[in-house]
Amino acid sequence: MGTKLNNAAAGTANYVDERTSIGGFVKFFARKIFPDHWSFMLGEVALYSFIVLLISGVFLTAFFVPSMDIIHYDGTFPTMQGVEMSRAFASTLDTSFEVPGGLLMRQIHHWAALLFTASILFHMARVFFTGAFRKPREINWLIGFTLMIMSLAAGFTGYSLPDDVLSGNGLRIIDGIVKAIPIIGTYISYWLFGGEFPGEVLIPRLFTAHVLLVPALILGLIALHLFLVFLHKHTQYPGGGRTHKNVVGLPLFPVYTAKAGGFFFVVFGVIAFMGAFFTINPVWNYGPYDPSPVSAGTQPDWYILFVDGALRMMPGELWGFPFEWVIGGYTLSMNLLIPGLIMPALLFGFMAFYPWFEAWATGDRGEKHVLDRPRNAPVRTGIGVAVITFYVILVLEGSNDIVANLFHLSLNDLTIFFRYAIFILPVVAFMVTKRFCMGLQRKDRELVLHGNETGRIVRHENGEYIEVHEPLDEQARWIAVNYDDIAPSVVAPSHNDRGVARKGHKFDRFKHRLSRFYFEDRVSPVTPSELEEAQHHH
Amino acid sequence: MSQSDQSQETTESDSFQDPGVPYHRPRLADKDPKAAKRAERQVAAMFGISILGTVIAIWAYFGLNDMGEDVKSIQQTNTVIGIGVMLAMFGIGWGAIHWAKTLMRDHEMVEERHELRSSDESREGAIQNLKDGVEDSGIGASKEGVPRRGLLKGSLITAMLVAPLALLVPQIGNMGGDWNVGLLRHTMWKKGTRLARDPDGTPIKASDVTIGSAFHVIPEGLNEMGHGKLEAKAKAIVLMVRLDPRDLTIQPGREDWSFDGIVAYSKVCTHVGCPVALYEQQTHHLLCPCHQSTFDVSDGAKVVFGPAKRPLPQLPIAVDDEGYIIATSDFDEPVGPSYWDRLKTPDGTLTPEEGSH
Repeated sequence: MGTKLNNAAAGTANYVDERTSIGGFVKFFARKIFPDHWSFMLGEVALYSFIVLLISGVFLTAFFVPSMDIIHYDGTFPTMQGVEMSRAFASTLDTSFEVPGGLLMRQIHHWAALLFTASILFHMARVFFTGAFRKPREINWLIGFTLMIMSLAAGFTGYSLPDDVLSGNGLRIIDGIVKAIPIIGTYISYWLFGGEFPGEVLIPRLFTAHVLLVPALILGLIALHLFLVFLHKHTQYPGGGRTHKNVVGLPLFPVYTAKAGGFFFVVFGVIAFMGAFFTINPVWNYGPYDPSPVSAGTQPDWYILFVDGALRMMPGELWGFPFEWVIGGYTLSMNLLIPGLIMPALLFGFMAFYPWFEAWATGDRGEKHVLDRPRNAPVRTGIGVAVITFYVILVLEGSNDIVANLFHLSLNDLTIFFRYAIFILPVVAFMVTKRFCMGLQRKDRELVLHGNETGRIVRHENGEYIEVHEPLDEQARWIAVNYDDIAPSVVAPSHNDRGVARKGHKFDRFKHRLSRFYFEDRVSPVTPSELEEAQHHH
Repeated sequence: MSQSDQSQETTESDSFQDPGVPYHRPRLADKDPKAAKRAERQVAAMFGISILGTVIAIWAYFGLNDMGEDVKSIQQTNTVIGIGVMLAMFGIGWGAIHWAKTLMRDHEMVEERHELRSSDESREGAIQNLKDGVEDSGIGASKEGVPRRGLLKGSLITAMLVAPLALLVPQIGNMGGDWNVGLLRHTMWKKGTRLARDPDGTPIKASDVTIGSAFHVIPEGLNEMGHGKLEAKAKAIVLMVRLDPRDLTIQPGREDWSFDGIVAYSKVCTHVGCPVALYEQQTHHLLCPCHQSTFDVSDGAKVVFGPAKRPLPQLPIAVDDEGYIIATSDFDEPVGPSYWDRLKTPDGTLTPEEGSH
């Protein structure tokens, strides 16, 4: 039996290899080494929830009708009997109440979508804080960033498909933002909606985007993303034996095939659990889209909250200064353009191009394969926390009615507080985080120089009491001392020795200022001679 | 040579030595065959749970499905199928991971990296190949015998840039419907249209409107519309309230727009167009639940808080012979969110109202 199977396998392998030369490929991939760390699973969660989205999405396409034709409902759900609604909404109800497993699949799909966007952001944060975006991975960062944007597009187009009151209002908000675009805004709105809002073509168009265009782009970009991960070989956390020139870990086959493959099923299991037990987007309670009703406490899906928060926060007029301007009879709504387009563009632009900014500002040009511990890059970590603070304030403002209700606060006071907080708190967060990182670095120095406190008190013959400190073992010490200690760049003098002004001096000074911003305050790692001196002291 | 490389070199003399890959500690299953056998049984049991989960899901589909057609039973079916799927997935996942963690290799291996940059040789080869190709094509610097064909390069690029328009112009051109953005200026309201209740469409008598009450209003006849009903409704929704006339500040030029304390305002928010549906009787404030723009109904629906800049447009109303409330005209400005030329009439001049300012 065993030999027969082996023969069959060998025969198949031979057949395939003679036609594809897959042998070299398998040789290259099968025992490829991947390092182990829990944070490397965040990207996997994103990938796996996308696969769950594809599987559950195929199920849903079998029952969803992407049509805005108006019908009168006559399905099994009692409170909607006879209500006018689009076919899209009716088919969503039918999927939920007449297809066994249909509601489960809808909920699995929706939970998976929320998990997809969330895991992408957490994965991005991991990559950012550990410096995994540095050379040679800048392009892959950009691909990952595009995937993040695509996940938002996938989420929003999907959220809008059931054509319920909430999704319809979401589209109406999009329409409002689009119309604010100078000159061509109304035309873009007509282009999207096929005429006046809401029109009769939007759902079919969103459907095509949601099931074809966006997923195809995501799939292609994922393939590229993973190809580059293989090409670059995975980054690794610092530790004994780990250098920029090697990768230490376990082989893809069988260890990661089992671990990562198994993890897919765990992610699927978690999503299935949520789909089975936690109701999400109960559109049958909201009712079909109608431009007139809306209730308090309406929230978009979480990943849109930051834009919604910005829209809520931006005042129409502040201290008598209006943010809607009429110039030569034409209307320019800065109260929409700033939160709806300019803020996201600046935020996303900064995120997309940060790797180049940092490389340029710090002048660091080598290939980096060992990750930074976040504390060892205090300014970058500070920037990251500042951006997260900015984002979280927007998300909180996006749910300000819920927050105000929950904590019995005045909605208006909360919004006014956030209007200040959005400018102040990120700066505070930056400074506090930077200090925190440097404090941790000093703690590392302290541990390397003086070891761990053991709690054992020893009395010397001469009556002196000391606490015994246990030196770090060499692995722990290596992690604490093995990081780059980069000094700020030095500017060449503005005039050369003959007194002639040097070209580009001003630019150099600007770069020097940036370099100082990154590296002025720094804690250098302990050197062996320092350690020796410290030991001498005792 | 870059800066960081240099600094690394200079500190080489006084830096710690890499201690190498940490010592590998064997696991219980590595040392004890009994523990290994136990782990094997655990993994098999987890795979067994997965199979059980699949059975549960299929049983729930067939077995629970014909219990009834009501909503409750189908929800039960859904939950049980979900439990089955969950176990089917968890079983495989945990089994495989447990297998890897207890029985597969956990002794770390080292693989060397190579600089990503191609070798100088292959770079030169690549450049040479490209050069040769360029020469063969004649688009670059000419070699003997191959004349330079600059005309081709320019015309090809132009053709390639222009060709997509042949598809895009008809496609994009068709997507906007009739492109009649002038429709945004008008709503269904006109002189004599009765104000009717939303959603049932029955007209409202002035005598029905008590002080302090608020009515969600649509134009009479909207419900009977077939095509374009939602588009019309999206612009025409109105909120009507009756205030004590002493509380009402009538806006200059709008003396005859209200009736005995009854005022009607567009329900489409001037921010991004959500329905401004929440009326607070005590403060006479209208609140938009989407972004909390707050309008003061007693004072021309001016903005008192939030992101909106402009007051809600007012619908001029009167009462007809039968006592029903009617509109005396359409809104005098476009309703809803601002857009670039909202103050221009289609022929490019300012609207009369704006021009008089």
